[in-house]
Amino acid sequence: MGYLSLTDADRAEMLAAIGISSIDELFEQIPPGVRFDRELDVPPGLPELELARHLTELAERNAHSGVELSFLGAGIYDHYVPAVVDVLLSRGEFLTAYTPYQPEMSQGVLQAIFEYQTVICELTGLDVSNASGYDGCTVAADACFVAKHASDRSKVVLAETLNPQVRQVVKTYARGFGLEVVEIPHRGGTIDPDEVAAAASDSAAVIFQQPNFFGCLEPAPDLAAATGEAGAHAIAHVDLMSLGVLEAPGEYGCAMAIGEGQSVGCPPLYGGPHYGFFAARQEFVRRMPGRIVGETVDLDGERAFVLTLQTREQHIRREKATSNITTNQTLLALAGLVTLTWLGPQGLREVGETCVALAEYAKERIDLPLAFERPTFDEVAFRLPRPARDVIRDARARGVHPGYALGRDYSGLDDVLLVALTEKRTPDDVDRLAAVLAEVC
Amino acid sequence: MKLIFEKSRAGRRAGRVPDYGLAKPELPHELRRAHPPRLPEVAESEIVRHVTALADRTFGIDTGFYPLGSCTMKHNPRINERLGRLAGFRDLHPHQDDDGAQGALELMWRLQGILAEVAGLPAVTLQPAAGSQGELTGLMLMRAYFADRDEERDTIITADTAHGTNPASVTMAGYKLEKVETDGRGNLDLDDLRGKVNERTAGLMLTNPSTLGLFDEGIEDVARIFHDAGALLYYDGANLNAVVGISRPGDMGFDIVHYNLHKTFSQPHGGGGPGGGPVAVRETIEPYLPAPVVARDGDVFRLDHDRPKSIGRVRGFAGPFGVFVRSYAYMRAYGPDLKEMSEVAVLNANYLLARLRDAYDLPYDRHCMHEFVLSARNLKREHGITALDVAKRLMDYGIHPPTVYFPLVVPEALMIEPTETEPKERLDDFVDAMQAIAREATESPELLKEAPHGRPVRRLDEVRAAKQPILRYHFDEHPALVG
Repeated sequence: MGYLSLTDADRAEMLAAIGISSIDELFEQIPPGVRFDRELDVPPGLPELELARHLTELAERNAHSGVELSFLGAGIYDHYVPAVVDVLLSRGEFLTAYTPYQPEMSQGVLQAIFEYQTVICELTGLDVSNASGYDGCTVAADACFVAKHASDRSKVVLAETLNPQVRQVVKTYARGFGLEVVEIPHRGGTIDPDEVAAAASDSAAVIFQQPNFFGCLEPAPDLAAATGEAGAHAIAHVDLMSLGVLEAPGEYGCAMAIGEGQSVGCPPLYGGPHYGFFAARQEFVRRMPGRIVGETVDLDGERAFVLTLQTREQHIRREKATSNITTNQTLLALAGLVTLTWLGPQGLREVGETCVALAEYAKERIDLPLAFERPTFDEVAFRLPRPARDVIRDARARGVHPGYALGRDYSGLDDVLLVALTEKRTPDDVDRLAAVLAEVC
Repeated sequence: MKLIFEKSRAGRRAGRVPDYGLAKPELPHELRRAHPPRLPEVAESEIVRHVTALADRTFGIDTGFYPLGSCTMKHNPRINERLGRLAGFRDLHPHQDDDGAQGALELMWRLQGILAEVAGLPAVTLQPAAGSQGELTGLMLMRAYFADRDEERDTIITADTAHGTNPASVTMAGYKLEKVETDGRGNLDLDDLRGKVNERTAGLMLTNPSTLGLFDEGIEDVARIFHDAGALLYYDGANLNAVVGISRPGDMGFDIVHYNLHKTFSQPHGGGGPGGGPVAVRETIEPYLPAPVVARDGDVFRLDHDRPKSIGRVRGFAGPFGVFVRSYAYMRAYGPDLKEMSEVAVLNANYLLARLRDAYDLPYDRHCMHEFVLSARNLKREHGITALDVAKRLMDYGIHPPTVYFPLVVPEALMIEPTETEPKERLDDFVDAMQAIAREATESPELLKEAPHGRPVRRLDEVRAAKQPILRYHFDEHPALVG
């Protein structure tokens, strides 16, 4: 069973070449007291057909978006992934290559990462991008680390309207980084620039999210200005898919922009793997975590690409590295590159416009009060007459998952439902949601 | 080859977005994008050709032999790719209520069970995104464990052969680093160790077998030294492919273990990710695992967020689920024969070692485990040929170079890991190439100095890349680099 290649004859020849009579002799270096002396207690091995049957059975017990009409978002968005992404994912050279340590063997993946870095810089309006981070949570922790070392201040400010999972990860990392984390509350769905200014005065950075976790558009230019005037670095946590219609963080003064790349190129996949992106102004480049690809020339003067600025990295700098990251999310980041190339500037703007239009259509059709009176992008928070959890349960019984219960993360918002509208949902879908909500509310 | 941006023409496009005929609302002016991003404007045919050309300039396991030490470049079964794209997995939203995700949760529960059996430790978190994040998680678990006992310990000990991630993780976790030396047989130097372990020691981080490909023969003493001092042992699972079903980290005395699903359990490396870095722990450390964990009540599975002593969350959601699908499928294809997987990995490595030991220096003359380290110092001394020259020349033979210049304790190191999926013919091809290169070093060293030949590019000016960094395309202002 499994994927082995040796015949009995091969084994005999190889043992003879080594000068031993059985494989067991190779394991004599393991002290007898720590040798495992029974068979592994795991389920039996399966031939491919039975393996497929078993996993298909597991997959079929999930209520995916082909079974329930879903309006779940809250950080993971069900946008269309174009078929051309499959060209990338099905090419074994990309799929089965390691991190490109040997540039002569890896020009294709290196160039693709260079192109990815370029589109991230273009979308965010910033100077440099790394080759990706794990996800939208860990890049926030990375950004805090950079800001701390660039400012010699050890406090970071997080908007309460920043994705709760992102805030949790920052807090987990903060202990090791020696960072103090404070949060500023929302006022009617967004945070207040004056409160940002006050909190930022002794802080390394302020992280806010645009559009924020409630779906509201923050007064992002004012937040960045308040942060900068207080001597702290403004960090915007953004959705790449929104940046065809929403202003680039670099244009309104952010030092860094980070986020979850899933919405561009990756299906929801129960939470991953996706990719985190991290872009920054030039001044931060030598503190940035993660792989970075640069352009250079070869011995003949031909253009070539290579992993660069490696003196930041763990395999060179060890305990003095800017991060411990090695494996990142290259294949998913490249799925993002292909998706953005397929969309082009026009398509990205159209997706954004369609999301905004669907969200406005949902506000019109759904007969519930808005939880927050703020402009929105692709997600709308509605106030329900009873707990959102109960409404979700009853709507699901009718084949519609109406969205995310904000009460899962925010006390006092138990009656708020967050509804995500991507271009994969149609006006008819919204009508059906409106009808179901009318029944169950 | 041109960049995709250099193939762009204004007004050209590939994808089209549905027009639902809805009114186009205006966003507030001050939030609206003023200038469109300069994304490429190309037709779909050219996207496909571009991606195909990039793939042609990339070498993967699918292309040929890839004996990159400590990276475990084994075959990636294609059924796993198909299963990872089943709609029930692919289109499952991570905020779906537990009752709508029973299949996914059961898969994770079953994966945890197999991982626990392989490690010989009872509790598993699947959340960490990669091996290095598993390391960081492990160190955070140590911190939480000692804090709960009101013990102040601030130092982590690593081997001088450790992967660079170990010391980097130690710093990120806020610990001090102490290094212990390797003895003449490639084991941890026990005398050096005894002098360094004390009441300030939180724990050890160790790869076993080490990055020299050698099993630490004194591991029982090592574990005793740390446990007697009240400290913990962390197992870096980068080299786990050597010992599955043969020796379990928990039985060796390790308290915390990370796995690299993208090494041992065949998640494709993807040109640098994604990976998966689950962590297994002893009962005493279980309360501190990241939240949520997958729990089972009778026949019902759920995510348990109610973990008051948890270190918190290290990543979004419950982990890289698509990686779990592939690794679970891989384990289920083997069953208990996972032991044979490791046996053959070790056999393949020892076969290469036996056949190459005369042509290159062998710093530690023992049977190896799943990988081994040769030194090109003989070639350097006699012919001025470095490990890098050997690596570049291997490319001319259609083989990806091994890991070079690591571990740091071996000069001119060539770290070779064939994995279990290679047939004997491929191993023999590699031996032939390495022996030919050793001969060429004597007879025509310029062949090595000028290698590679016939790749898309020759050797690169890496100093220039670092000194004058060009990290993105600059469109009209892009500097023209001429050699």
